[in-house]
Amino acid sequence: MLQLGVAEPMRECEYSQISTRSSTPMETPYKKRTPKKRKWQAFPGRNKFYCNGRIMMARQTGVFYLTLVLILITSGLFFTFDCPFLSVQLTPAIPVIGGVLFVFVLGTLFRTSFSDPGVLPRATPDEAADLERQIDVANGSSSGYRPPPRTKEVVINGQTVKLKYCFTCKIFRPPRASHCSLCDNCVERFDHHCPWVGNCVGKRNYRFFYMFILSLSFLTIFIFAFVITHVILRSHRQGFLNALKDTPASVLEVVVCFFSVWSIVGLSGFHTYLISSNQTTNEDIKGSWSSKRGKDNYNPYSHGNIFTNCCAALCGPLPPSLIDRRGFVQSDTPQPTPPTNGITMYGSTQSQSHMAAATPLMQSEPVILTDEASLPGRTSLGGPCSGALPLGGQPTPPTSTPNLSCDNGMLPTRNDHSEAHHHFLTPEEAPSPPGMLPCGSPLGHSHTIQGFYNPASQDSLHEDSVRGLVKLSSV
Amino acid sequence: MANAHNLQDLQHQAALASKVYVQRDYNSGTICRFQTKFPSELESRVDRQQFEETMQTLNNLYAEAEKIGGKSYLEGCLACMTAYTIFLCMETHYEKVLKKIARFIKEQNEKIYAPLGLLLTDPIERGLRVVEITIFEDRSISSGR
Repeated sequence: MLQLGVAEPMRECEYSQISTRSSTPMETPYKKRTPKKRKWQAFPGRNKFYCNGRIMMARQTGVFYLTLVLILITSGLFFTFDCPFLSVQLTPAIPVIGGVLFVFVLGTLFRTSFSDPGVLPRATPDEAADLERQIDVANGSSSGYRPPPRTKEVVINGQTVKLKYCFTCKIFRPPRASHCSLCDNCVERFDHHCPWVGNCVGKRNYRFFYMFILSLSFLTIFIFAFVITHVILRSHRQGFLNALKDTPASVLEVVVCFFSVWSIVGLSGFHTYLISSNQTTNEDIKGSWSSKRGKDNYNPYSHGNIFTNCCAALCGPLPPSLIDRRGFVQSDTPQPTPPTNGITMYGSTQSQSHMAAATPLMQSEPVILTDEASLPGRTSLGGPCSGALPLGGQPTPPTSTPNLSCDNGMLPTRNDHSEAHHHFLTPEEAPSPPGMLPCGSPLGHSHTIQGFYNPASQDSLHEDSVRGLVKLSSV
Repeated sequence: MANAHNLQDLQHQAALASKVYVQRDYNSGTICRFQTKFPSELESRVDRQQFEETMQTLNNLYAEAEKIGGKSYLEGCLACMTAYTIFLCMETHYEKVLKKIARFIKEQNEKIYAPLGLLLTDPIERGLRVVEITIFEDRSISSGR
């Protein structure tokens, strides 16, 4: 949030304008020197905002459009070609149920993608200075050189938890929060960054994400089952090949659904497990609370039983957004932390962000990754990435299942490409856990790669086209 | 004579302001709770017990906002069933409590802290990270109110 100058609290003490969210009372006419900007325009993280700050997404949104297109096309084909036959032959309930599922899937997808995942605003300069002073005192202030990564220990429910200091946001991260290198924000209860929804998954949108993958599983299975039924019913009359000739779309649908089912249903199952044990993907991958670490190691956040954990995650109170996107910036107040990843740093940070794509593991080690793009040049990935990656986007991490990275792959070639790229990536990714290849979708892909080399023009072009697309279909 | 209430006057009198930060207390987990430890900079300014009472009430209010119970489940289920469109017309429980907290802080400032030359900033404006207390020192008054 923004620094309040000395004059600001005085105005607040006039007792007429303290509001829950906005820190910018409007009645300071004598302060107006420049036109008012909204806070989202001055937001230090690497997010994109649409609809005047109402919609918030990650920078790379290409894969999200791919997800959307796949869902729309597959469902569209289903409703156009299979439903007429099925509703006549079997029951009209089929398109109705399909329609309900479809609407639910889209609703939860948009909610996941467009909402604030729980971003923690950066510290104001005064706060940061105060913290620094405390840390110096604690360390026995050494002048100049930066002491080793700062941590605080806290005992939660009997377990010792280390709170790390985030050098970018200049705060001690709350427990379970993590810094997303792709979005350059600290996110509360960080689960992972999901390129398929084009956003981080964190405290505020985890339930929507879960409902999205759950409903998408049902939709995929539903479409798969009924398309097969359709083809079988037709085959009884006409023979298999003729049936296929009559409904060519069904073949495409079956192929898409067949490959999606495995990953999406698997992912749903995995997240169901996570919810019931109240863990984040981050914690599960690191084995933070696994009994293998020690006999006394247990999850201090779990409520004890599965039912309570599920209820709390899905039906608990929805916290409000901590970043006031649509409020106005006080023109005379300095911004909390200058954006560290503006377009000028596109090259270096892009490489870092490309590394960091969907893996929770990356996000949890911000000390290594945060501003400091310490990874070897990733530009070389540009080549092999083109075209193939978006599908899978995820080369399967060597030790874990595809489900661990938000893997909603609905395209058939995922597995092939993941094999192909797996070896290429793994050694390079050694410093950090392997993750989604960042190369986005065929849609956004060329922009992304070119953006790599020519950030300013390509990115703004991409941005404009994306804005146009979104505005057309916007809420 | 400059009354601490009249803060615009203070501004003209070149008031010094320093800030004290009360950090979050994570010992009970990720719930929103602030440390109730009395900051040493406020020793001479405000009664310890008064301050701790303010902090405790604040913590209780946040606990009420985040409480998981029948009412919040009902709200969650209802919201889910209406595809969250219900929040277009209705406030979430959390938001309602946040408004309550804003009123509480305003009231505390008016009644207790402003006369002492202090100002509490609503934590929501600092991303629920800290409670920022601004200490005003009026140069024109030697004791600094």
